[in-house]
Amino acid sequence: MPERDEPTGALVRPYAVTRGRTRPKLEIALEALVETTVRGRSGIRGGQGGSEHQYIAAMCDGGRVQSLAEIAARMQLPLGVARVIVADMASDGLVAVYEPTSLDDETDAVGTELLERVLSGLRRL
Amino acid sequence: MSHRPAAGRVTSAKIVIAGGFGVGKTTLVGSVSEITPLTTEAIMTSAGVGVDDNRQVPGKMTTTVAMDFGRISIDRDLILYLFGTPGQTRFWFMWDELVRGAIGAVVMVDTRRLADCFAAIDFFEHRRLPYLVAINCFDGMQYHNAQDVRDALAISSDVPVVSCDARNRESTKNVLISLVEYVLTMRRTRAVAPA
Repeated sequence: MPERDEPTGALVRPYAVTRGRTRPKLEIALEALVETTVRGRSGIRGGQGGSEHQYIAAMCDGGRVQSLAEIAARMQLPLGVARVIVADMASDGLVAVYEPTSLDDETDAVGTELLERVLSGLRRL
Repeated sequence: MSHRPAAGRVTSAKIVIAGGFGVGKTTLVGSVSEITPLTTEAIMTSAGVGVDDNRQVPGKMTTTVAMDFGRISIDRDLILYLFGTPGQTRFWFMWDELVRGAIGAVVMVDTRRLADCFAAIDFFEHRRLPYLVAINCFDGMQYHNAQDVRDALAISSDVPVVSCDARNRESTKNVLISLVEYVLTMRRTRAVAPA
């Protein structure tokens, strides 16, 4: 039987990356897109920030936008941890976060246009 | 130098793929995704456990919930994500996040285990998330027709029920197209005549 008081590491270490913080500076949707800014790019070249920051900045650079979910999966970090790190980077101007278009208002033409783009894109696949 | 055009903001959308364990959710995602499906994990502590029964286990408990997902670049500025729901429907905390802002959901059904999808249908109806039912024909065999499935699930007559082969890209594409067409039709109807 495992020792319950003994941290396995898998749960403890990820939040150590965020210095124990579990609340992000901003809410970021699973599918929100992240792109490295010019400032973020020069930050990686200058070797600034923690290794997670550098990894994310490199991953989302050069037009390769990635969702929060992809960042978490590729870094093998729990979603909540990745969200805290990306929110920190966004507040430092290292990445831009593009939230998904809201579909809540059914009379909103922006949402309808998005659905039409998705539909024609799927038909072209 | 950015490869992204200055005009137009990049944005994303998502579709939720639900259904019982082993019904073929990840297979469906993988058949149309431009990336090998990835897995993201979320951690839940006992405070959010809800219906889980932890009385047998002393101390604070954590549960890890895994979700598989894929990605389709619709055009240069729009990326569609397909998120499979966690296998166990008891992880509702993750479902909340999954359905928030989603276009709609595909409920995959194995006609030999119809009851496996009941919880997903209840959830989407409660959240008013549009969904369609996709009968996965595992070996080219369909054990019940669409009307039988509709009757057994007691779903509204306007909910589309389609058959698919989750391994087949064209088939999966058609399921997604049917869902988005359905969502658009409902949206236009409601926009004209608000309920």
